[in-house]
Amino acid sequence: MATRTLPVKRTGKAGSTVFLKTLMAVTGIIFVLFVLAHMYGNLKLFFGEQSFNDYSEGLRTLGEPELPRHGLLTILEIILGVSVVLHIYSAIALWKRAQHARPVRYTVKKRVAASISSKWMRWGGVFLALFIVWHLLEFTLVRINVGSGGQVAGITQNPYELVVHSFQVWWLTVIYLVAMVALFMHLNHGIWSASQTLGWTSTPSARVKAKAIALVVALVVSIGFAICPFFVLVGVIS
Amino acid sequence: MNLTLKIWRQDGPNDAGALVTYPISDVSEDMSFLEMLDVLNEQLILDGKEPVAFDSDCREGICGMCSLMINGMAHGPEVTTTCQLHMRSFKDGDEITIEPWRAEAFPLVKDLIVDRSSFDRIIQAGGYISVNTGAAPEAHSVPVSKPAADRAFNTATCIGCGACVAACPNASAMLFMGAKVTHLGELPQGQPERDARVIKMINEHDAEGFGGCTNIGECAAACPKEIPLDVISQLNHDFRKAKHAH
Ligand code: HEM
Ligand code: SF4
Ligand code: FES
Repeated sequence: MATRTLPVKRTGKAGSTVFLKTLMAVTGIIFVLFVLAHMYGNLKLFFGEQSFNDYSEGLRTLGEPELPRHGLLTILEIILGVSVVLHIYSAIALWKRAQHARPVRYTVKKRVAASISSKWMRWGGVFLALFIVWHLLEFTLVRINVGSGGQVAGITQNPYELVVHSFQVWWLTVIYLVAMVALFMHLNHGIWSASQTLGWTSTPSARVKAKAIALVVALVVSIGFAICPFFVLVGVIS
Repeated sequence: MNLTLKIWRQDGPNDAGALVTYPISDVSEDMSFLEMLDVLNEQLILDGKEPVAFDSDCREGICGMCSLMINGMAHGPEVTTTCQLHMRSFKDGDEITIEPWRAEAFPLVKDLIVDRSSFDRIIQAGGYISVNTGAAPEAHSVPVSKPAADRAFNTATCIGCGACVAACPNASAMLFMGAKVTHLGELPQGQPERDARVIKMINEHDAEGFGGCTNIGECAAACPKEIPLDVISQLNHDFRKAKHAH
């Protein structure tokens, strides 16, 4: 016989706010590792067509001969895909919670400690998600052709040509540069926030360090990405 | 000095509320903020009007009862409690907006008074140590290192005022919980229940309707006892390591 009518309170760890935050932090760190590797690969554009296309081919033959062609790459793609789903799921769940947690807003509210980066986490994240979809359609699936990139070369034949021809279109470069500002802000707050969520910043000095590391990594990643389209646009890479 | 106060008035939990404007004159800069409200209330009573309901108890910054959002800042512009805020922090002609703490887990009772018993239930869920009552044990029988004692003491200064929740964009109570978890977690007496404490407190926190932390830092900036952000990391750390919930 049921003796309680109240909803049963959670007793374990799964599903709690801190659990969701941990999910966001772990998947976020997977993204950080990914963008670092991705940025490093992009910089090969500066070493010419051969170098960049070799890298692109190298990704597809990663893990051979133990794994089939495209094997390791597919595994990495699955990990990233699952991470994106979990990251967005927990972001939305916590976003909703935050709205319920303050049903009546203040008439006057001053933010004294929040950084610009931290204020943009949610809408900046939404923008990054849209950007990632666009980016994949353009360069991975080659469904959108900007400039003469797609006609000159399908991604499997000549990725270098594809990139260079695409970024000669100024507005495309602008979209990418704006996305890198968004990425900078997301990482600047995100890396520090993830360190805090994972419990690595339990002393004041660790906090200062985590914030510094977040800033440096965010700068390196966003600038490292941004210089490729930028230098294509101004004609240094052609 | 002469001021214009805009105060949230609301008869009861389910009534509609609104900001009401009250001019007030001849305020001395030596008055505390609450004394200034006392003066306003005396005037309202003389005029046959309903005085503004607000909370206070000790008026010396140690009980955590006073709780006002003053011009968009919890406890006003100084790092202290509302009762320890003085009118010298304002100047002649200022307009001051006074609102209650806003959070689902702090339901409004009347005017500026909110019910913060959700904090009590979080403490009841796990923010304690179990000891037998009776003769107090010899204080030095269990050694505590100086750094641990200092950190435990500093975090034990939390007065449960709720300013951290009020200032947080997510209405999260992580700083409050972090302070307690760090306080008890630094001490030998806090160890047996350490794992269960953090899990039970967080589950109660979530069930009460507080939001999730996004590490913005508004809480620590608003805290009158300057509880630092690293207690939130400590809380997360203990939660991640915790194995059993009982
Ligand atoms: C796909 C769309 C994305 C959305 C909707 C999104 C949204 C969010 C939100 C709302 C947060 C929490 C912010 C906070 O705690 O203040 C967050 C955290 C984070 N995000 Fe994203 N994000 C996205 C993509 C990315 C990408 C592409 C990266 C990495 C390059 C990334 C890395 C991180 C990191 C490291 C964190 C910190 C985790 C934490 O707060 O504990 N995110 N994201
Ligand atoms: S942590 Fe600070 S702001 Fe929060 S309840 Fe304790 S004393 Fe008040
Ligand atoms: S009335 Fe006790 S702390 Fe302000």
